[in-house]
Amino acid sequence: MGDTDQDLGSDPESDWEKVQGSPEFTELRRRLRVFVFPVSALFLLWYLLYVLLADYATGFMGTKLFGNITVGLVFGLLQFVSTFVITGLYVRYANRKLDPLADKIRHEVEGTGR
Amino acid sequence: MSTLAAGVQGSNPALNITIFAVFVAITLVIVFRASRNTKTASDYYAAGRAFTGPQNGIAISGDYLSAASFLGIAGAIAINGYDGFLYSIGFLVAWLVALLLVAELLRNTGKFTMGDVLAFRMRQRPVRAAAAISTLAVSFFYLLAQMAGAGGLVNLLLGIEGNLGQDLVIAVVGVIMILYVLIGGMKGTTWVQIIKAVLLIAGAFAMTLWVLGKYGFNLSNLFQAAVDKGGATGEALLGPGKQYGKTGTTKLDFLSLGIALVLGTAGLPHVLMRFYTVPTAKDARRSVVWAIALIGIFYLFTLVLGYGAGALVGPEVIAKAPGTTNSAAPLLALELGGPVLLGFIAAVAFATILAVVAGLTITASASFAHDVYANVIKKGKTDPDSEVRVARITALVIGAVAIVGGILAKNQNVAFLVALAFAVAASANLPTILYSLFWKRFNTQGALWSIYGGLIVCVLLIVFSPAVSGKPVDAKTGKSASMIQGVDFHWFPLDNPGIVSIPVAFFLGWLGTVLSKEHNQKKYAEMEVRSLTGAGAEKATRH
Repeated sequence: MGDTDQDLGSDPESDWEKVQGSPEFTELRRRLRVFVFPVSALFLLWYLLYVLLADYATGFMGTKLFGNITVGLVFGLLQFVSTFVITGLYVRYANRKLDPLADKIRHEVEGTGR
Repeated sequence: MSTLAAGVQGSNPALNITIFAVFVAITLVIVFRASRNTKTASDYYAAGRAFTGPQNGIAISGDYLSAASFLGIAGAIAINGYDGFLYSIGFLVAWLVALLLVAELLRNTGKFTMGDVLAFRMRQRPVRAAAAISTLAVSFFYLLAQMAGAGGLVNLLLGIEGNLGQDLVIAVVGVIMILYVLIGGMKGTTWVQIIKAVLLIAGAFAMTLWVLGKYGFNLSNLFQAAVDKGGATGEALLGPGKQYGKTGTTKLDFLSLGIALVLGTAGLPHVLMRFYTVPTAKDARRSVVWAIALIGIFYLFTLVLGYGAGALVGPEVIAKAPGTTNSAAPLLALELGGPVLLGFIAAVAFATILAVVAGLTITASASFAHDVYANVIKKGKTDPDSEVRVARITALVIGAVAIVGGILAKNQNVAFLVALAFAVAASANLPTILYSLFWKRFNTQGALWSIYGGLIVCVLLIVFSPAVSGKPVDAKTGKSASMIQGVDFHWFPLDNPGIVSIPVAFFLGWLGTVLSKEHNQKKYAEMEVRSLTGAGAEKATRH
C-alpha cells in the first residue's frame, strides 16, 4: 500500500463524480441524512432540555418521586435509556437500509473504476 | 499535604506497588509480543487495522473511561451529589454524535489521523498543519488531566508524601507509558487498553454490587445514607444545584460545560484514531455500539460508587484526603474490602492513567509524524520507516511534556481538567469535521478559520478564566482553587469556555468558507462517495 496522500486521488477522477451524481448514490445520501440529521437534532435537544432543567429548575428536579428517588435522577436515567435506544435503532436502520446500498455501490466502483 | 487522612492509614503501600507491578509486567509482556508484528506505518499507527469491532469497542471504553471518569466522577458525586452525575450523562450522550455523524464516515475517508479527513479535499499543507496543532493542544489538556490524577493517587496509595516523592512517581508512570508506545505502537497500546477496561469495569461492578448489598439493593436507602453522612447540606446531594446552582454565573458555567461535553467526544483525536484500527466502517459502527454499552453501564456503576463513597467514607474525610475528590473511589475500596481491594482498585486506576496517556501519546505523535513531518515538511515524499521513526521520537518528547505537566497540575480535579480538553476538541475539531463531511461548499479557508479560530478563542478564554487564576482562597486549605496561586488576571467569568468558543468556531468556519471562492468539486465527489460507501477505503493489512 502507498504511504503518502498523493496516491489517494490517483483514480480516474471523473468516475467519482459520475458515481456521486448517480441515482443510487443520491438515494444512499438521502437515506443517511434523513435518519441522522433529525435524530441528532432530537437527541441534542432532549439533552439540552435535561441540562437546562438541571441547571435552572433545580426545585423541580429535586422533587422526590418515591423514597429518595428524585425527578432529576429519573430524567438522568432516561438519558441513558434514550442513548441506548437510539443506538439500537440506528444500527438496525444502517444494517437494513444503508449497508446493502453502500455495498452495492462500492462493488461497482471498485470493480470498474479501479 | 503533611496530614494523612484516617482512611489512608489502612493502606498498604507495598501491596499496592506489588499489584501495580504485576499489571505492568503482564502488559509489558503482551506489548512485546504484539510488537513483533509491527513493521509498517499502518501497523504502528493503526494496528494493521486488524482489530475486530468488539475488541476496538472495549479498547475505546478503556481509552474513554479515563481517570476522570473513574476517580473524578465518583469523587464529584461523593462531594456534590447529583451535579457529579451530570458529567457522566454528557460523556455518554456525546457518543451518539460519534455514532451517527462521524465514526463510519471518518473510517472510510481517512488513513491514520484526523488531518487525513480534514485535509482530504483541501489544500494539504495548511489544513494538515492546523489539524496537527489542534490535535496536540487537545492531547495536551487531556494528558494534564490524566497526570494530575496520577499525582493525587500516588500520594494516597503509596504513602509517598512531599512533592519530590510524588513527582518521582509521576515520572515513573510517564516512562512506563512511553515504553508501551515505543515498543507496542497502536497494537500494544490497544491491548493495554483492553486489559485495563476489563479490569476497571469488573472492579467497578464488584464494588457496585458490594455497596448496593450493604443497603439491601435499595438505591433509595443508599441515598438516605449519603444524605445522613452529608451533614447540614446532605439533602442537597439528591438534586442538582449543589455545585453549580450557587449563582447565575455558575449556572451558565454548567450549561457551557454540558455543551462542551456532548460535542467534545466526537472531536477527540485519540478517540477518532481508534476508528482506524478496524477493517471496515461497519466494524467502526460495531465498536461504537460496544463502547456505548460499556461506557453507559460503567457510568451507572459510578453513580452507585459516588453515593457509596459519600455514605460510607463521608465527604469530610474525602475532602481532607490527599488528592481530595479524586480519592473518593480508592477510599471506598478501602472501606469495603480493606487493603487488598484498595490495592486492586489503585492498580486499576494507575493502569487507567497509563493506558489513556499511552493512547494520547500515540495519537499526538502520529499526528505530528504523519501530518506535520511527512506531509507538511516533506510534502509527502518520505518513506514510512522514517515517518515511524519521527513518530517514536515525538512520543518521547510528548512523554516528557506529560511528566512536567502532570507535576504542575497535581491537585486539580481531573474531571474538570478533562472538561477543558473536551471544550478545546468541541471548538477546534468538531465544527471542522462536521463541515468537512457534510457541507459541500466547505473549503480550505473555512477549515483554517474554524480550527484556528475555535482553538485560539477556546484557549484564550481558558487562560483568562477563573480556572487558571483568581478564585478566592479557601479558608480551610489556604489555597485558591485556581491553577496558579497568588495572582489574578482573569476577566472571563466562566470556567468552561464552550458556550462561547463552540458557536464562534462554527461561525468562523462558515464565514471563512463563504469569503473564499475555492471549491474542489472532483475531490469533494471522491470524498463523499468514499465516505458513504467505503470504496477505496484503507484495508486491513493482515488477517
